[in-house]
Amino acid sequence: MSHVPFVIAILILVLALVVWICWEIVRFIRFGVPFSYNVRNMILRKRLTLMTALGIALTVTTTVFLMMLLAGMRKAFVSSGDPLNVLVLRKGSTSELTGGFTKDKMPILRQLPGIATDSHGQPMVSGEWVVVVVLPHRDGTGEVNVTLRGMEQDGLELRNKKAKLVEGSWFASGQREVVVSRSIHDRFSHTNVGDMIDFGKGAWKVTGIFDGGGSAYDSEIWTDINQVANQFNRQGAVGNAYLRATDALAADSLKHRVADDQQLQLDGMLETEYYDKQTANGGGIRLMGFIVGLTMAIGSIFAAANTMYAAVAYRSREIATLRVMGFRRGSIVTSFIFESMLLALLGAAIGIVLMLPFNGMSTSTSNQVTFSEVEFSMRITLQVVITAVVFAVAMGLIGGVAPAWGAARREILAALRD
Amino acid sequence: MTLARFVRKNAFRNKRRTLLTMLSIAFPLLLLSFLMSIWRAFYGDDLRSEQSNQRLITRHKVSLTNLIPSSYRDKIRHIPGVTRALPMNWFGGVYKDAKPENFFARFGTDPDEFFDVYTELSIPKDQGEAWKKDRAGCIADAELAKKYGWKIGDRIVLTGDIYPITLELTLRGLFTAQIPNNSLYFNEKYVEEGVPFAKGVAGFYAILVDSPQNVNRVSHDIDAAFANAPEPTRTETEKAFGLSFLAMLGNIKAFILIISSAAVFTILLVTGNTMAMSIRERTREVAVLKTLGFTRGTILGLFVGEAVAIAAVGGVLGTLIALLFLSGGTHAPQGANLFVIALREWKFTAPAAWGVAILAGFLSSAIPAYGASRTGIVDGLRHIG
Repeated sequence: MSHVPFVIAILILVLALVVWICWEIVRFIRFGVPFSYNVRNMILRKRLTLMTALGIALTVTTTVFLMMLLAGMRKAFVSSGDPLNVLVLRKGSTSELTGGFTKDKMPILRQLPGIATDSHGQPMVSGEWVVVVVLPHRDGTGEVNVTLRGMEQDGLELRNKKAKLVEGSWFASGQREVVVSRSIHDRFSHTNVGDMIDFGKGAWKVTGIFDGGGSAYDSEIWTDINQVANQFNRQGAVGNAYLRATDALAADSLKHRVADDQQLQLDGMLETEYYDKQTANGGGIRLMGFIVGLTMAIGSIFAAANTMYAAVAYRSREIATLRVMGFRRGSIVTSFIFESMLLALLGAAIGIVLMLPFNGMSTSTSNQVTFSEVEFSMRITLQVVITAVVFAVAMGLIGGVAPAWGAARREILAALRD
Repeated sequence: MTLARFVRKNAFRNKRRTLLTMLSIAFPLLLLSFLMSIWRAFYGDDLRSEQSNQRLITRHKVSLTNLIPSSYRDKIRHIPGVTRALPMNWFGGVYKDAKPENFFARFGTDPDEFFDVYTELSIPKDQGEAWKKDRAGCIADAELAKKYGWKIGDRIVLTGDIYPITLELTLRGLFTAQIPNNSLYFNEKYVEEGVPFAKGVAGFYAILVDSPQNVNRVSHDIDAAFANAPEPTRTETEKAFGLSFLAMLGNIKAFILIISSAAVFTILLVTGNTMAMSIRERTREVAVLKTLGFTRGTILGLFVGEAVAIAAVGGVLGTLIALLFLSGGTHAPQGANLFVIALREWKFTAPAAWGVAILAGFLSSAIPAYGASRTGIVDGLRHIG
């Protein structure tokens, strides 16, 4: 990897900075300029303080916004999988949608060792078909692709940790019945329990609503596999299969056993791995977030430096007085860097507060593998908050170093004469 | 001393501050000009070819992953206004390995009509003929070939994922276009012969309409013809088709809008902040200027002019860096095409960004400058800065 030395260099730099800061904090507590000196100065020039903090806040908001999107997206995809579920696809196929193998392979799969037993004492295996159907938006703004998943009864059982029924009942096998996710229920018409919903070759009865807990299941409609096979002329085959392993070790060996069997011509992967791959979509947003955040941060660092230079210039006589009183150069540098970081922290706080209304706002993206919509909500997680604060403090630190250094370096006599 | 010179002298009296302000304006503006260029590349239509306005895409109503019967081709061809209907099949597959830098678009199509529909792609006549004659032949974008070092006659192996087949293609020709499309095309028959379920179906049809005026009517006619068929269709313009892919990424318009407005507000704050600082410093000077007989209007103009000048320099700097970024993006392993278009859009977005900078300089300095011009002479002279 070519960027390893680069990363190490940065790590050493950060480490040195941390050590230096800790050292300065110790000295600051013992001999430093009182903290209240900085706070009072900031209050005295409140307009300048507020405007700089707002500038930093706006930088923080853009970063927080993009991070919230990522956090929500990651939740929608990653939390979907269960590490004990093994997904079986046709060899070469990369998604549930492009799969398909003959039904005669199902009994072979059922007999593999390490599969958990279902409530009927049978191996917990579900053959499934995933297809895409078109539903009109409730508000009439065009049509949306929605994932329809046909499964065996075991399919419900092996997902019972992720998906909970909130209303009505699950679909019955052999009936034209569907259950819809709560998010689908909210967004599309004819999705109340008892309603008839139209797609494919006719109407389907909605028997229940389930909650996928923020996972990708939240954008799906579930029904019986045979109904899907009939509807879309896919009898005699299954799209893919799910095997429930007894434990993590069994899941891993099941996955390899399926993939290594030359006769089956199938591929196995953990359900979690499958969804992990689909978050590749987030890579673009992450890159964009990085570029946007960095660009805005550089601008903000210059702005913070500007404010701090002004603060230092206003107070050059004060600083000289502090020096006369016996405060050391190091204490002055620390004091001003702290002030700059405090300014940034204020900015971060404002920025996060500005973004609070966006928390939970839902938006959607498309699963690039299935072309169907995935709904997710933006989230302020602890990680987002911590990153925002660290990001802002780093801006304050970098912007504050040069002015603080300049403040400490001035000759006492020259500064007093100003 | 002219007023312009006075403004210049004042702007550079505190060089460090002016430089920092310019830089802190330059970076948000860099973002603004960059994002606006990308926006125009996505949604603008100045750069789409003339032919593109005459093309429709017909696909399965449900989604691109549902295929439509080949029998539709003749039916579509008989709809008045349609001159050509070209089958296009997304092959997917893997070239060398699954790394993103080895990914590019690969389509199976009909070589006989391909260049009649995509008239903006040009290929030497003999190469086009060679492709038509070889069922296992393919053609590629010249830029794409340059990237992988392909030469005519080279063997290109694609391993299928959607279709269980390995294609061993021979490169028969290289085509060029104003905006490279980085795609590879081969004869659809190759896949049809090897994969039973690929026979008799197409991914979508690229349809050439005789004139741009007929596009809407033809689009409706096609969908109406298959409305009650087992496989209903959805027909849209090539542009709408492209945008529907973009829509999948999420609400890009809103993203760009939110980020851009944050950038603009940041510029306002930064210039406002700096001007407030430097005007406060000069309260006494203002009083002196007034004593010398300068009018309020002149003083207002001096300060506003200074802010506008600083912001404009920052703006130019920012857009120049954006230009650098955009040209850098044209070498990106993925999405380079977007940057090629965005780069051409830069000459439209850069002046817009300058406008924003100048406006921001003006708005943000107006209030402190107005305050300074109103301060009484005596108060001003007494001021201790």
